[in-house]
Amino acid sequence: MIERVAEIQKQAEAEISAASSSAALEELRVQYLGRKADLPQLLRDVAQLPPDQRGEAGRAANEARQSLEAMIEAAAARFEADELTAALAADKVDITLPGSPIEAVGHHHLLSATRREIEDVFCGLGYSVVEGPEVELVHYNFDALNHAPAHPARGRSDTFYIEGGGEGPDQVLLRTHTSPMQIRIMEQTPPPIALIVPGRVFRRDSDATHTPQFHQIEGLLVDEGVTLADLKGTLLAFARAIFGEGRELRLRPHFFPFTEPSVEVDVSCFMCEQGSVADGGRCSLCKGTGWLEVLGSGMVDPNVFAAVSEHGYDPDSHQGFAFGLGIERIAMLKHGVPDLRFFYENDLRFLRQFG
Amino acid sequence: MRVPIDWLSEYVGVEITPVELAERLAMTGTEVARVLHHGPLSADNFVVGKVLSAEQHPDADRLRVCSVDTGDAEPRTIVCGAPNVAAGQTVAVALPGAVMPDGTTLGEAKLRGIKSSGMILAEDELGIGGEHDGIMVLGDELAAGTPLGDVFAVSSEVLEPEITPNRGDCGGLYGIAREVHAATGAALSAPPWSHDPGEATIGQAPAGISVTVENAGLCPRFTARIFENVTVGPSPIWLKARLAAAGQRSISNVVDITNYVMLVSGHPLHAFDLDQVSGGELTVRAARDGEKLTTLDGEERILDADICLIADADGPTSLAGVMGGSRSEVSEQTTRVLLEVAVWDGANINRTSTRLGLRSEASSRFEKGLSPEGALEAQAMATALMLELTGATLSDGTLDIGGEGPAADVVRLRDARIVSLLGTPIERERSQKILEALGFGVEAADDGLDVTVPHWRRDDVTREADLIEEVARINGLDSLPATLPLNRTGRAGGLSREQQLIRRAEDVLVGRGLCEIVGWSFTDPQVCEQLLLPADHPLRALVVIENPMSSAQSVMRPSILPSLLDAAAYNLARGADGCALFESGSVYRAGPTNDGMAANEHHGLGAIITGPARLPSWDDAQPPAARIGTAHALVSSVLGALGIDWEVEDGELPFLHPGRTAMIRTSEGLLGWFGEVHPAVAASWEIEQPIAALAIDIGRAAAEAPAHSIFSDLTSFPPLREDLAVIVPAGVSAASVVTCVTEAGAPLVSRAEVFDVYSGEQVGEGRVSLALHVDFSVDDRTLSDEDVAPLREKIVAALKSELDGELRG
Repeated sequence: MIERVAEIQKQAEAEISAASSSAALEELRVQYLGRKADLPQLLRDVAQLPPDQRGEAGRAANEARQSLEAMIEAAAARFEADELTAALAADKVDITLPGSPIEAVGHHHLLSATRREIEDVFCGLGYSVVEGPEVELVHYNFDALNHAPAHPARGRSDTFYIEGGGEGPDQVLLRTHTSPMQIRIMEQTPPPIALIVPGRVFRRDSDATHTPQFHQIEGLLVDEGVTLADLKGTLLAFARAIFGEGRELRLRPHFFPFTEPSVEVDVSCFMCEQGSVADGGRCSLCKGTGWLEVLGSGMVDPNVFAAVSEHGYDPDSHQGFAFGLGIERIAMLKHGVPDLRFFYENDLRFLRQFG
Repeated sequence: MRVPIDWLSEYVGVEITPVELAERLAMTGTEVARVLHHGPLSADNFVVGKVLSAEQHPDADRLRVCSVDTGDAEPRTIVCGAPNVAAGQTVAVALPGAVMPDGTTLGEAKLRGIKSSGMILAEDELGIGGEHDGIMVLGDELAAGTPLGDVFAVSSEVLEPEITPNRGDCGGLYGIAREVHAATGAALSAPPWSHDPGEATIGQAPAGISVTVENAGLCPRFTARIFENVTVGPSPIWLKARLAAAGQRSISNVVDITNYVMLVSGHPLHAFDLDQVSGGELTVRAARDGEKLTTLDGEERILDADICLIADADGPTSLAGVMGGSRSEVSEQTTRVLLEVAVWDGANINRTSTRLGLRSEASSRFEKGLSPEGALEAQAMATALMLELTGATLSDGTLDIGGEGPAADVVRLRDARIVSLLGTPIERERSQKILEALGFGVEAADDGLDVTVPHWRRDDVTREADLIEEVARINGLDSLPATLPLNRTGRAGGLSREQQLIRRAEDVLVGRGLCEIVGWSFTDPQVCEQLLLPADHPLRALVVIENPMSSAQSVMRPSILPSLLDAAAYNLARGADGCALFESGSVYRAGPTNDGMAANEHHGLGAIITGPARLPSWDDAQPPAARIGTAHALVSSVLGALGIDWEVEDGELPFLHPGRTAMIRTSEGLLGWFGEVHPAVAASWEIEQPIAALAIDIGRAAAEAPAHSIFSDLTSFPPLREDLAVIVPAGVSAASVVTCVTEAGAPLVSRAEVFDVYSGEQVGEGRVSLALHVDFSVDDRTLSDEDVAPLREKIVAALKSELDGELRG
């Protein structure tokens, strides 16, 4: 009987090795290990052997069965993997087709993307971000910011006024800058403070370089001992974060009613070397000057502190700097947008280029 | 303001190029908008000539053939078309080679057969005024061949500085000269008003005029001098040339003198024909409402009580500080001139010129606030010119009402304060030199300098910080160090929780494929009709602009929807099949708010999708059109990202499809809406396809959002899920089925969600089948079928009794 087992095993092993598909393998499994096959039949026959032979014969038949099972299983696994590989290879898709859906994500508007970029720079410098009303009072927009009664910005040709507002300081207007929040914040928060105010502002101006609404970011830092040099360092950090390492700043004295001294800030042009591009021509971005005007700023005027002195701001001991930059201007410079009108047309072909 | 360099050089020795000067001025606080050129590019080949003879051209009636001595060995033959050319005249000649203002180079030319080697010039040919009736005739004392540039400014570079509102003193060339002196070190000449020929008349009023100033607040100083025996006539060529280079037209010697003195001193003057001043009296007073005055430009102006005027016995004769009246205008017949130099309240002048839409050289200077002392300086300078150029005699007396301004301020400038404000020191000697160059008086003090402010800076420089600005701007800011301030706020900075959540909400929409737009805050009041708002609708509480740029931009948007529709219409009209847009921005409603704001503003987040709900592709050629469900999903995404619990509620909005309107409710109230835009509204934007839309008060949503999520154990004991198909009457909402299941299955139902909706024959007329996933779970064990079976029966019973529902199949 043991010989018979060995014979069956040998024959089965040869045929399993030669099997060429999982279907053929399945046939062999039925043939050698199925209920009616020889080997299981032999195992059943072990019971009829004399007791002294049962152990050896049973063991031999069992081992043969296990060995064949393992062999079939291994071969089956091999065939399965090969067949899957073949099936997958046949199921090939043109990977150069576009994604589906074609455009899975949308876009932030360039102005929002730029606003966030600038906000993040100042958040990194420890500034808080606050926002304020766009429909404002003359008090916050002009009076408390030390604008002379005859300051031209107050004129109806420059500023939008709102119907039904009060008189004098209570007259209602559309804020012409984000600076009114300087006052509102100082009324609410004692020094020291460091914050920026992003937001929409309005001026009565519409031409190639002006739209009646645009966006600014105001900055205000107040403490004891804050200097103009601190302003320069802060804006230099900003300029390098936005326009690249290696940028330099130029401060030009100017006049703003709510800062003293006041400076306009130029950033060295990032498209050229001192006004000349690589081929020696004049840089079109900075018009050959080597400098880009980016913002206005200065040291907070003592009169502005006087307007909020009851809230802990003492013009004798507190100093601070303030700056205001135009988001449109930064976005145009950085991304080469040639015309303000693109920002408000909302043409998808424009919007999809950014953000 | 235009500053001809040639003229400026009379007061300050400019030794650098105009472009360098402009740069230097810009770096010290005076922006220069442009450097331009007036007249021919060069004065070369322009000379003085003497007309030796002028004969009729043999072949042309209108031409003369002149022989002109231009200082050369031989006289030149010049053919001239001017009717007034005559032998014996001294004239201006352009020689061949001269480059004319239009850029052409003059050559020798034959005119009707006679060679002309040069041109006798009329004024307009040199850019001086409009005189083309005849050639300009110069003084006979000039020698032939004298370069014309030695006689007057033929060719000049001109700066166009932009004067900031605080620098009324820079409204005149001498003020600019003082800046140039301080900024470059160039020598400054004594002011042109140093000698006053009328000095002796100060202290007494002249006879023949009486002046009353009713409101000294509006007119801090009023001075006048009277000139007799005035001969009104043309100005000399040097004066005309200077005015032309400064952009002013020559009118007559008297008027030109007032303009010239204004351009130098920055202080406007006004000349009256004294014989036209009725009653010999002038009154400075507020106008009466509706009072009329015809100004020099021929316009009749209707005045109001805030406007200040000068009246004589017959009524208003001049609009104070802005423009004279035509009735007392100086004319060719004038022989007696009253020269008025006054100081007006800047704010009032600004208001007047704005209200009348009338800006003049005078008003733009007065509105910056001029010093009273400047009035007599202008009188001094004008007196000298009146005597010299009009043959006038000065009447005895200088009328002066109001007198000089308050005594000069003395302000301490501490060295230490310079360092503490700038972050870098400036040597005391350097500060002193700068301040003296700018005309400040300086005395040494213990810890710095005691600085006396000159009258022309009285309003602008009153504090130490102002002095620091003066020394800093002239000293230059190039060497200022760049330092970072300590942040001692005790706060980490960064975005607030609300700001972070608003960004998150925007990011969710971007992630869902929407493009952000930035619309106009302005809109057309007609938008209320477009949105079908009834007359009493709360959205009609518009914030209305008093002085809009156009009616289409005359109110502030009361909803975030219209700008999105504008953008959609714009893009659809340009070939887009559809669009998915959102906007995050302010929305405005009229009326004061609890927190003292002037209007009700909130931060709105709106979105619209029209056309395919997602872009078609090769893999998904026919995506469904965006409908209310698309908007619903976006609301779920946004509010889900913010962790806000919310419910859908029925509602009505005039601009939404009445069958497809949903309100968003949270425990705090209504937060917004979603749905499909009413087809009639869409049509008014010329959009013919369904538009899914939503709007959320995202500012409030961010404020309502939970501070942070708290852990729930959803993993240790997985839920037991059952699917239920329920047939309910067609009017029963999905939300009510979900609520019924959740409540009946409490506390074990942890989720119930509709995943299929079917209506048709199999469920019967007027019925609808909803299929739901229902999850049962508790937090301490895995539930068995036995746990759930009784609840399932309760749910079935509740559906039956509450909603007339039955299980399907």
